[in-house]
Amino acid sequence: MALTSTASRRARAAGPSGWLAAPALVFFVVFAIIPLLGVLALSFTRWDGLSEITLDGVASWARVLTDELTLNALVVTAKIMIFSFIVQAPISLLLGVFTAGGQKYRAALAVLYFVPLLLSSAAVAIAYKALLDPNFGVGPGFGVPALAQDWLGNSDLVLFVVVFVIAWQFVPFHTLIYQGGVRQIPASFYEAAQIDGAGRVKQFLHITLPQLKYTIITSSTLMVVGSLAYFDLVFVLTAGGPGYSTRLLPLHMYLTGFKANDMGAASALGVILVVIGLVLALLLQRLGGRNASASQLEGA
Amino acid sequence: MNIRKLRAAATAAAAGALALTLAACGSAGPGGAVSADSATMWGLTGGNQPALQKSVDSWNKAHSDQGIKLEFFANDAYKTKVRTAVGAGQGPTFIYGWGGGVLKSYVDAGQVEDLSTFLKDNPEVKDRYLPSVLKNGEIDGTTYALPNNNAQPIVLYYNKEVFEKVGAQPPTTWDELMALVPTFKAAGIAPFSLGGQSKWPNLMWLEYLVERIGGPQVFADIAANKPGAWSHPAVAESLTKIQELVDAGGFVNGFSSIAADSSADQALLYTGKAAMILQGGWIYQGMKKDAAHFVDSGKLGFTTFPTVEGGVGDPKNIVGNPSNFWSVSSKATDAQKKAALDYIKDGMFTEENTQDLIASGAVPVVKGIEAKLEASPDKDFLTFVYGMAKDAPSFTLSWDQALSPAQGDTMLSNLDQIFLKKITPEQFVSAMNATIGK
Repeated sequence: MALTSTASRRARAAGPSGWLAAPALVFFVVFAIIPLLGVLALSFTRWDGLSEITLDGVASWARVLTDELTLNALVVTAKIMIFSFIVQAPISLLLGVFTAGGQKYRAALAVLYFVPLLLSSAAVAIAYKALLDPNFGVGPGFGVPALAQDWLGNSDLVLFVVVFVIAWQFVPFHTLIYQGGVRQIPASFYEAAQIDGAGRVKQFLHITLPQLKYTIITSSTLMVVGSLAYFDLVFVLTAGGPGYSTRLLPLHMYLTGFKANDMGAASALGVILVVIGLVLALLLQRLGGRNASASQLEGA
Repeated sequence: MNIRKLRAAATAAAAGALALTLAACGSAGPGGAVSADSATMWGLTGGNQPALQKSVDSWNKAHSDQGIKLEFFANDAYKTKVRTAVGAGQGPTFIYGWGGGVLKSYVDAGQVEDLSTFLKDNPEVKDRYLPSVLKNGEIDGTTYALPNNNAQPIVLYYNKEVFEKVGAQPPTTWDELMALVPTFKAAGIAPFSLGGQSKWPNLMWLEYLVERIGGPQVFADIAANKPGAWSHPAVAESLTKIQELVDAGGFVNGFSSIAADSSADQALLYTGKAAMILQGGWIYQGMKKDAAHFVDSGKLGFTTFPTVEGGVGDPKNIVGNPSNFWSVSSKATDAQKKAALDYIKDGMFTEENTQDLIASGAVPVVKGIEAKLEASPDKDFLTFVYGMAKDAPSFTLSWDQALSPAQGDTMLSNLDQIFLKKITPEQFVSAMNATIGK
């Protein structure tokens, strides 16, 4: 009883108790930090997944860093990241603003937009694989030559097909984030702007966009760091092919570890992936984070 | 205060119950003879799935104390899963395999049981198999795996209907094969279907060409890890021929995005979009199920791989999978191991099981089945495959299974690049020579 009262007194004094973070922290340490250290340790060993793990110094690192496939995987990942961002960010921002409106028909459309969010990546990939099949897909099926491309087998096209399918799946998620962000903006801002004679475009550029600054940063972080984790969709859709055209870094890591059975090299790739993800996340936080504690509502 | 305590207790109880439910989901299997300590078996989906399921079901019915828990996985997914599971000590009691380098890696890691004593104690088990097939379960003269289904040589299938349409005959030489390419293209039909995204179907072309041009010794040297073994001229010549066929438009549009695991490659053949396909003996079972009318009405043709002019390989030599095999995990409990061996002895290749395999369109690798094959509605195909397997002077195991997993993976990736014309045969040879001994 005495304990409880001191605890609650302290909590009142300094915000919520630090113990609230304990369950999350335990999960994070057990499922993220410890495996991460394990991967770091494995990257200095030779292991084929079956036999004994033997220490191997920096041999795995040397193999990974001199392998041109690693560079290829990094380039493919960077391309997918950049194109995904360019495609997804404007679409989800505009859709988010659109669906934030109160009209009934917009609510109905919003429900439709969110359907892809309910599907698992594997299901999306299988569906698109069937639709884009060069012999049995939509194009040949309806006799539309323009759609009867070898979408997934052409090394030049496939990257954009992957970007498109990823966008189809993830735009609804980011739309949802923007919709929430837009609804937080007080209506009084727009009323004041209207009185001052600002049109729709001006309102969007001078009220909506600045007010969404932190939403944009959040969504962009998820988009950019998330594109380091695209795996299931691409694995089912193209398996990294044709050739190495869509062999993303996480896919390259998986194939190295579980197909070529080189766990040492796969662990080194895993460490590279984590470092890139952390650096990108930090950079994006920096971009808008200088006065992160300032209220958004004071805005422009 | 009391209410708060009560609520905390309720939350804890709910959380505990949830955890229990989750745990139960993880281990509960179907009821009956199967319990948590039962022997476990992982099989492959596809042609032999029903026969295996039936065999295990009737075993479980008759042996309630030695139940076997059976699960099925798709081919590519299985190959990844089983290795990871075995490495983590979570593998099944029955390890399904192909023999060769993958089996050797299990043997080297001490993961599978030595079955030679079992064979010595049970000579009738040894006697039931075709000896040439049984040999594929041996590593350095010791048996670690026993055949469990059917002979699966790689066969050149063709669609008789489209051959009639263009008035052509199936190719018997490589030159005839190349000459057919423009004929079919002119008729708007793809000459060859290919499941290129799965990568292993590409390998069938290389395996047969090297066999026809250089004979079985070329790959035997490669498998024996002789330095520079890939430099044999037959390898580069085969790769050149493959690229010539790709250049001529021999493979179906978009072959590099077609997955064999979804059977899309066979579908091209039986829908008449492609004239021929080089694939394993097992796809006959798949087509029998997916395109029963096509197979039953005799429109499916099959023949051996063409000869290559100047090649030294015996045209009767074949490549493919002599059979699949069961190994017994050395990490299983003694009761599980005993159940596994008892099943191998009495549950497999029973009269009923053999008949089920034949009925599914497969040739079981056991002796004395000629009469049964003759009596089957699929006798044309079955006797063809049986004859192929029985008369072949050499039956080379699929290379990706014969080599070590690391070599196999590098080979499939590089061969994919050959089909996509991203690398030259010389680059392939030097990349592969670098894997010798790995």
